[in-house]
Amino acid sequence: MKKNKVAAAFRGIPWWLVLLIGLGAISLGTALTDASYRVIFGAVAKGFVVTLTVAVVSYAISLMLGLLLGLARSSRLRPLREASTFYIELVRGLPMLVILYYIAFVGAPAMAGILNGLLAPLIRAGAMQPFESRSFSFATRAVLALTLGYAAFIAEIFRAGIESVDKGQIEAAYALGLSPTQTMIRVVLPQAIRNVLPALANEFIAIIKDSALVSVLGVQDITQIGKVYAASTFKFFETYNVVAFFYLCLTVSLSMLVRALESRLRRESVR
Amino acid sequence: MSAFIRVENAVKTFGDAESGTGVRALDGVSLSVDKAEVVLIIGPSGSGKSTLLRAINRLEKLDSGEIWIGDDVVTARRADLRHIREDAGMVFQSFNLFAHMSILENVSLAPRIVRKVPAVEAREAARAILERVGLADKFDRFPRQLSGGQQQRAAIARALAMNPKALLFDEPTSALDPEMIKEVLDVMTGLADDGMTMLVVSHEMGFARAAAHRVIFMDQGRIVEQGSPDDIFAHPHEQRTRDFIRHIL
Repeated sequence: MKKNKVAAAFRGIPWWLVLLIGLGAISLGTALTDASYRVIFGAVAKGFVVTLTVAVVSYAISLMLGLLLGLARSSRLRPLREASTFYIELVRGLPMLVILYYIAFVGAPAMAGILNGLLAPLIRAGAMQPFESRSFSFATRAVLALTLGYAAFIAEIFRAGIESVDKGQIEAAYALGLSPTQTMIRVVLPQAIRNVLPALANEFIAIIKDSALVSVLGVQDITQIGKVYAASTFKFFETYNVVAFFYLCLTVSLSMLVRALESRLRRESVR
Repeated sequence: MSAFIRVENAVKTFGDAESGTGVRALDGVSLSVDKAEVVLIIGPSGSGKSTLLRAINRLEKLDSGEIWIGDDVVTARRADLRHIREDAGMVFQSFNLFAHMSILENVSLAPRIVRKVPAVEAREAARAILERVGLADKFDRFPRQLSGGQQQRAAIARALAMNPKALLFDEPTSALDPEMIKEVLDVMTGLADDGMTMLVVSHEMGFARAAAHRVIFMDQGRIVEQGSPDDIFAHPHEQRTRDFIRHIL
């Protein structure tokens, strides 16, 4: 009887997680004891803040932009629908790296040109300096690129969420005299967002991983610092171990949170 | 007595009307419902009952024909939908309570948002209405925590919260287990006794006998026959009505 219980508890253990945590503990232990690892840790840790900032800022803005695009995508107005579908298909059809290059080397000069055109009177009057591509830091361009790219993915998630809400809910709101806008804000969106919360959280994990791409622009994130450090010391194995450790700390803990969120939502919908 | 809801020659086709593959849900229906009158609509599925009801508060647009609620022309191109829907509340077969809100929030939402009633007042009124339908102890529950009968009573309370002049019921008891039908019908009968104008799509004989002033039999998008409950259920004139009554009794 007791044996069975032990066996059952044994089977319930998520071994993949035990392994990951073990690996993390060993890495941390090594980092604290091994001198060369300690140096690498210290160096790469500086990139941690940059990676997190790039990911959080891009994610926050792409959430807002994605919501607007998703609303436009499910709008009754055809021009809105067509325009947002055009944008979403265009962006989703491009590799993130290409979007990054586009924004950094095509978008930034174009933006400078547009802003100069708009602010021409002020610039002529000498009230301000004309913009140049240089006016936009590579970190800004990287954030903009990730934002524009992820807004398309997030828009599709919002659209799916909006479509997942039972049509009867909308009819009931209309029948009570709510306008289409009131119905969207009060009835559809709260349920839609709830339904896609796990999917939205997963996009945050994805954006953390894709933020490594900004290293190609020289932004000093985890990957870039690791790349430079490894190239100058030839400690490739140790450096990329540390790089991987930092990313895994973020992504694994976040995906645990998403799992918890999912099971909580499932429990609530059954109750 | 004066006609409160008037329908004239309503036509509605689903699908492609021109190629002839469409389905004619309403094929020239005319009807008028007086103030405080309770009208029951019966008929086989696909006879256009629900479409007629949904057209009256403009959840469905007619191809042709006209509908009035009071002085409002429902079918006008620029109809005041808000006003129309405040006048004619609707109760659905599948309740359609807002799943993310408590029962109290469900009932107080429309008065707050549409009528701009202050939140405290709206909740106060919602409590009173919920007590009236026998849900005094369920204010904080969510729809999924209630039985079907309780959900439908909450849905009726939600419609009542807008002080409608008429209520449209679209098969309000069809999705309910038999033991829950009575509690909903009791609430409906109470409303009828209070003088509410009601248009009810339902096959509930008990309700027909207890509350209906008039029964309408529809088939294939047309009104075949109408009369008092006794006329229609006990002495129908038309063969189609007789066949249908025999099936449901």
